[in-house]
Amino acid sequence: MDFNILSLIIFLPALGAIIIACISNSHAKLIKYIAALFTLIPLILGIVVFCNFDKSAAMSGVMQFQEKFSWIPLINSYYHVGLDGISLPLFLLMDLLGFLVVLISWKIDLRPREYFAWLLLLETSILGVFASLDILLFFIFWEIEVIPMFFLISIWGAGRKEYSALKYVLYTLFGSAMMLAGILCLYFTTGSLSMVDIMKNGIGSYVSVVPTALMFFLLLGGFAVKLPVFPFHTWLPDAHTDAPTAVSVVLAGALLKMGGYGMIRICVSFFPAVARQFAPLLIAFAVVNIIYGAAVTLKQTDIKRLIAYSSVSHMGFVLLGIFTLTQVSMVGATMQMVSHGLITGLLFATAGLIMHNTHEREIAKFGGLARQLPMITVIFTIAGLGAMGVPGTSGFIAEFMTFLGSFQSNVTYAHVFTVIAILGILMGAGYILWLLQRVFYGPPQDKFNGVHDADKLERVYSAIFIILIFTIGLYPSILTNIIKTGIAPIIHLVGG
Amino acid sequence: MNLVLIAPEICMLATALAVIVADLFFQRKSILTIISLIGLAASFGFTLYLWGGNTQAIFNNMMVVDKFALFFKLLFPVMAALVILASNDYVSKFKDFQGEYYALVLLSTLGMMLISAATDLISIFIALELISLSLYALVGFLKDAKSTEASLKYLLLGAIASAILLYGMAFVFGFTGKTQLAEIAAAIQSLSIGGVSAAPGLMLGIVLLIVGFGFKIAAFPFQMWAPDVYEGAPTPITAFLSVASKAAGFAIILRIFYSAFSFPTWLSQDWAMIFAVLAAIGMTVGNIVAIPQTNIKRMLAYSSIAQAGYLIIGIATMGLASASSQLGQSSLLFFLAGYAVTNLGAFIAVIAISNKVGSDRISDYDGLSKRSPLLALALTLCLISLTGIPPTAGFMAKFYIFSSAVQHGLLWLVVIAVLNSVVSAYYYLRVVKVMWFNEPKFEGTVPSSTFLHIALIACCAGVIFLGVLPNYGMKLAEIAAKMFAF
Repeated sequence: MDFNILSLIIFLPALGAIIIACISNSHAKLIKYIAALFTLIPLILGIVVFCNFDKSAAMSGVMQFQEKFSWIPLINSYYHVGLDGISLPLFLLMDLLGFLVVLISWKIDLRPREYFAWLLLLETSILGVFASLDILLFFIFWEIEVIPMFFLISIWGAGRKEYSALKYVLYTLFGSAMMLAGILCLYFTTGSLSMVDIMKNGIGSYVSVVPTALMFFLLLGGFAVKLPVFPFHTWLPDAHTDAPTAVSVVLAGALLKMGGYGMIRICVSFFPAVARQFAPLLIAFAVVNIIYGAAVTLKQTDIKRLIAYSSVSHMGFVLLGIFTLTQVSMVGATMQMVSHGLITGLLFATAGLIMHNTHEREIAKFGGLARQLPMITVIFTIAGLGAMGVPGTSGFIAEFMTFLGSFQSNVTYAHVFTVIAILGILMGAGYILWLLQRVFYGPPQDKFNGVHDADKLERVYSAIFIILIFTIGLYPSILTNIIKTGIAPIIHLVGG
Repeated sequence: MNLVLIAPEICMLATALAVIVADLFFQRKSILTIISLIGLAASFGFTLYLWGGNTQAIFNNMMVVDKFALFFKLLFPVMAALVILASNDYVSKFKDFQGEYYALVLLSTLGMMLISAATDLISIFIALELISLSLYALVGFLKDAKSTEASLKYLLLGAIASAILLYGMAFVFGFTGKTQLAEIAAAIQSLSIGGVSAAPGLMLGIVLLIVGFGFKIAAFPFQMWAPDVYEGAPTPITAFLSVASKAAGFAIILRIFYSAFSFPTWLSQDWAMIFAVLAAIGMTVGNIVAIPQTNIKRMLAYSSIAQAGYLIIGIATMGLASASSQLGQSSLLFFLAGYAVTNLGAFIAVIAISNKVGSDRISDYDGLSKRSPLLALALTLCLISLTGIPPTAGFMAKFYIFSSAVQHGLLWLVVIAVLNSVVSAYYYLRVVKVMWFNEPKFEGTVPSSTFLHIALIACCAGVIFLGVLPNYGMKLAEIAAKMFAF
């Protein structure tokens, strides 16, 4: 590409946000169309990037679509963006979700101007996180998402929205504080803020006054809060449950993946020896995530809270896949990130739709909706099957690869933990099937007569989600070939 | 003696006198604002003209014209200009002495410009008194009970602090026999190792100096005057106090401790550790006590105590660094610039809002976003910058100062500082929350004059510029940090 396509994709939504901020609140329709336009164009450009990505083995480990400009020479920081096999699928995921959440938010009527402005700004910051190749730039984009999330949850949310928003902000800032300390130590040790250079030279080639294990854990702290890893996960149920539907989709679909991406890109790539040393500990935490997350999910009574806790469990698979440090498991972890983004995104979108149309959220109050809302039932069931990891959906590919890789891993106790973690699939089937049965099946209730089913727009975006889930599920190599080129150099470093 | 070298100061003095005289002849007080702004611009212009010149000592080595002094001579007129622009609405509240208000602000700025150039203990003290006396009067300008109490508190505590400072200077003079900073450094070096550590009077003198200047910058544990004085003073003066007087204090601390007490190394490491501990405690105390505040001026006062803590990290870094590394000083100067635009922006927004709402309670800021969205947006931006969230000046300033601290072995201090930033998010975001989420209690928009709008836009532009393209600011700070030393 001759022109700076990545920067264009990253900053177009921000430009859209500024334009929207200047329009008065009375022109809601205009605002929504502008938002849709400024997220559709980045999506189209993103697909162009995807098609032009070079998957050959020669380009493995090389950043593509790179742009590098001198930004703050005094501290050796550059505006450096680029994509490789790991970041491209996640970048594209956010690109897609950015457009789909605008469609999901079509019915917002409270202060649409501010809503869409913050939403588009959020998209810019998340896209920037995945594309950044300079650590300071990465951190800046990481922090920018806090303010839009704060506003989006506390104004347009439900329940204890202000409490949940503040909890989210304080947790995230706490994690970022740890990450900043780690970044400063890293900068002090290496004198460089370039991810590419540090990974190429290896942390061992620098003299470090600060022990590398300390740096590893400081950086991991920030990512652990985001992923989230037990016991830093308590912000997630509140934030997901009380956020508006579209924000829950972005939160589950892309924001959690920032944590996983950071772990692969920074923690494992820069500190391979420390990662290997502490891998058993982190896999133990992964198993806690999976089992404890699934166990708590089983006792939830609010539909959104249930899906939120299931995210904790699914992110445990990601953590397991990353720290078992084999090629197959790390590809599986990345696949899980993409797949979970689509599947849980669809789950939240449909749950929000149900809540909006029926004005109920307690599972006990639902029942027999399959009769009155057939379309929604089909969509939700397919999403639920994906969440369970049924073959044919992307969820199966992701979980299968993760478990296959982690069982083959030579990290101590890996196969013990893997076997325990497989129990999580069983519990996952449990809560999804129980949810489907309680909400959709059973005798239909009269109070839900006349409730609206999914309308055209909702069917369109649900179809996009479902098509992608099945495409990846039936033909996973469109993604795994790309992810492999990104993971291969890291595996080389880690010696897996 | 080339008078052009002190042209900025002369210009400032002339403007102050011109304002007093003009007050006698003109009825419309906005003329005074314009005269002040012209004078400040002229002073700024003279400083730019002097920027390209060589470093020179003037007045028999009592003052120096170097890049460090010139940096502050650029910064202080800008701060004064923003405060004067914002005061335009406020001044109408004063029954009389409106001309004197502007003149006192200008004279205080003159004192600040002098102190940034002073290299002798005597000239430092004189300039310090010029700043302080003008500010004592300015704090009491509203003449109501609270304002007078604040002024009296400031006067009494300030006088005690000045006395302690003078006592410290006397000790230093007693043990080195010199008042000029470079000569003090030479005298300390010429004392044998046994001689210096056996001169507890010198150490006591340094500690008393820290006490005296610590009062000025509202550093813990000399910060008790700040909340009451900030709350009682007219809000433009609160803004001026929190930004300019603090910057002046830091300027002189940097100069004294770098020029006079940098050698021997164990001495600089001693006072660096003192400053580091003061920074750690000050940040924590400032942030924790700010949480329960319900008055926005008191909250911003405690927040500026915490910000002073972050700034002191730069002083500690300077003490621990070798002579060749200027990172501590340049990061502190950059932080001062970023903190100035951010804090001034926050206070200017508070001035406009308090004018309309009539109170300073945070709960009265409800629903501001619905009545005056741009004002709410400006205040939100400044509060986000104070928290240290990108892409604002506050984040870049913190990153720069923390990275210099880590490079000189203060990782523990940086960890405390970043954790404090998280705590501070709570009370800053609380104000953001009431502005954007609650229902407004008052009708109509918030009126504000064009002058205030100009000032607010300038501050917000500064916050974003220093946050997104910090390189120019950092480069300027780096050049300025190379103080004229022996």
